Amino acid sequence: MQITLGPLLFFWPKAEVLEFYAQAAQHPAIDRIYLGEAVCARRQQLRTADWIGLAQDLRAAGKEVVLTAQALLESESDLKAMRRLMRDAGGLVEANDLGAVKMAQDEGLPFVAGPHLNIYNEQTLAFFAAQGAQRWLPPLEVSGSVVASLHASRPAGMETEVFAFGKLPLAFSARCFTARHYGLNKDDCQFKCLDHPDGLLVDTREGKHFLTLNGIQTMSAQTESLLAQMPQLIDMGVDAVRISPQSVHTFAIVEAFDRTRKGEAVSYDPAWAPAGTVNGFWFGKAGTAQVAA
Amino acid sequence: MAKPQLVCPAGSLAALKAAVDNGADDVYLGFRNDTNARNFAGLNFDDKAVAEGIRYAHQRGRKVLVAINTYAQAGRFADWTRSVDRAAELGVDAVIIADPALLDYATRTHPQLRRHLSVQASATSYEAINFCRDKFGIQRAVLPRVLTLAQVENVICHTEVEIEVFGFGSLCVMNEGRCWLSSYATGESPNTVGACSPAKYVQWEKKPAEMDVRLNGILIDRYGNEEKAGYPTICKGRFEVAGETYYAMEEPASLNVLEMLPEIIRIGVSAIKVEGRQRSPTYVAQVTRNLRQAIDAAAATPDGFTVKPAWMAELGKVAEGSQITLGAYNRPWR
Repeated sequence: MQITLGPLLFFWPKAEVLEFYAQAAQHPAIDRIYLGEAVCARRQQLRTADWIGLAQDLRAAGKEVVLTAQALLESESDLKAMRRLMRDAGGLVEANDLGAVKMAQDEGLPFVAGPHLNIYNEQTLAFFAAQGAQRWLPPLEVSGSVVASLHASRPAGMETEVFAFGKLPLAFSARCFTARHYGLNKDDCQFKCLDHPDGLLVDTREGKHFLTLNGIQTMSAQTESLLAQMPQLIDMGVDAVRISPQSVHTFAIVEAFDRTRKGEAVSYDPAWAPAGTVNGFWFGKAGTAQVAA
Repeated sequence: MAKPQLVCPAGSLAALKAAVDNGADDVYLGFRNDTNARNFAGLNFDDKAVAEGIRYAHQRGRKVLVAINTYAQAGRFADWTRSVDRAAELGVDAVIIADPALLDYATRTHPQLRRHLSVQASATSYEAINFCRDKFGIQRAVLPRVLTLAQVENVICHTEVEIEVFGFGSLCVMNEGRCWLSSYATGESPNTVGACSPAKYVQWEKKPAEMDVRLNGILIDRYGNEEKAGYPTICKGRFEVAGETYYAMEEPASLNVLEMLPEIIRIGVSAIKVEGRQRSPTYVAQVTRNLRQAIDAAAATPDGFTVKPAWMAELGKVAEGSQITLGAYNRPWR
C-alpha cells in the first residue's frame, strides 16, 4: 500500500511550501506526492513554473508526482494555466472535474480521478477507466462499504486511493468566505488566506467547532482520520492512502500510517487534529460522527 | 438573437399546469424517488402524472423535461436506468442527467432522446461541457451558479451546446454537485439521497426568548422572537468565526436576474431556469408570469428595457429571504 501526500489545500508562503516539499522529498515513507494549487487561482505564491520545477525536483528524489487540477475551473486563464501545467509537467494529472478530464485527454495524458469527480457507482468507475483514469478516489462522503464494493468491481489496472487523514474539503463556491470574513471582495482579498495556514474555524453559536473556511473552499473543522481503519484498508487491498498536508505534524502522521501499514502499533497524538477527529463517513453516518474502533 | 426558453419547475401536476398556463416554454420535473435532486415527501410525479403533464404541455406547444440528476448509488445503477427508460417511454422531451455513466447509458439506449447536462454535474467550463458533447451528445448544459456573466459568455463562445442559466430562485452558494455540507452534518446529501438538509434531521427548539434551529443536533442558527426563523440549510446559517457571529457563507437570499436580462439575451443564453420544484403552484405561477413578461420585454426592446417595479414586487413576495441578489453573475458579490 502506498502513502501519498495530497495536494496542499491551504495557502502558505512560498518559502514554507518549498521547505515542506524539501522535507517530503527526503521522507522515505511517502511514495507519491500530489502538487499544484487545487483551490484558488488567486493563490500564486508558487507560479505554474514553480510547480513544474518542484515536480521535477521531487521526481529526481524518487517520488511519484501527480499534478492536481484546480477543482473549480472558471475562467479562461484557469484553463490556460491548467493546459500549461499538463503540457510542461507531463506525467499523471489529478482531474477533479470533467473539464480537466477533457484537457488531460487532449494532451494524451492518463489521469487520477480525484474525489470531486463524483464516482458513486461501478459503472461510472468503469466509464472513467475507459477514459484513461488509472487511479480513483471515492467521493469523501461515501462509506467504507461502498468503497469496498467499488474497489472489488474496479476494472483491470484501476487503483483505489482513499483520503485517510486531514480536514475534509466539503464544498466549493464562487464566493471567497475568507475574504468575506474580512469584509473584502474576492478580487481584492489581500491574500488573507496566508494568515490561516490551516484555515479559519467556524463554530456554531453554542461554541462547537463545525467547519473551516479556506478561501472558496469549505472544509470540516474536524480532521478525518482512518488511522484506526488501516488494518481494514489493507485487508480490502486499497492501493493507497492519502494524507492531506497541514501546517504541523504532517510527517509524524505519515510515520504513524507507515507503521500501521507495516503492522506495527502506533500511538495517536491529539495534537495532530486540534479540533478532534471524525470518521463518520467511513461508517455510513454523518461525517461529524466519530465511531470507536 | 433568439429569445431564451423559460424553464420552470414543477413538483406536482398543479405546478406544471401553473407553469404552462403562465408562459413557461419548458417545465422540468422529477420522478417520485431518489433519482432526482428534489426527493422530498409528497413531491414529484408518478407515471400517470407525468403522462398527464406531457399531454397538457404538448397540447399547448410546451415541453416537459425530466431531471434524473442524482448520482446512481453503488449496486443500484438499474434504478437510475429504469428512470431513464420510463422517461423515454413516456415521451418526455429531454432528460436532465449528471452522472456520466447514466449519460452514457442514455446515449447508447435512447439516442433519439434529448440529453441535458444537469447543474449537478458541476460543469463550469466549456471544456467540461464539450467533453459531455463529445461523449454523450448533450444538447444543453445547465451552468452552476458560480460564473460571472463574462465567464458565461466565454463558455457560450466556445461551444455549440445550448447554455441554460439560473434566473430566479433559492441560491445555492456552493458549486452544485460538489457540496457535502449536508452529509457532513446528516450523512445524506443531494448527491446521495437527492436532498440537501433533509427535513427529518431538522429540529425547531422554541425557547422563551429565542428559537434554536438544528440539523441533526448541530445548531445552524438561533433566532430572536422578532426574527423570522429560516430552514437550516448549512450555507445559510449564522456561525461564529474569530469571535464574530454572522452569516459566514451567505445570507438567506434569492437569485433574481431581471435587471441583466438584455445582457443575458445578448450573449446568447438559450434558456433561463427557475429554481423551486419544492415550491407551491402559487410560487410557480407568480414567478413564471413575471419572468415571462420580463423576458418578452427584454427580447422585444433590449435597449429600452427597464425592470418594472411591479415584477420586483410580485417576485419579492415569493423570494426566499428579504434580499434579492444577482449572485455570482455580478462580480462584487464574489
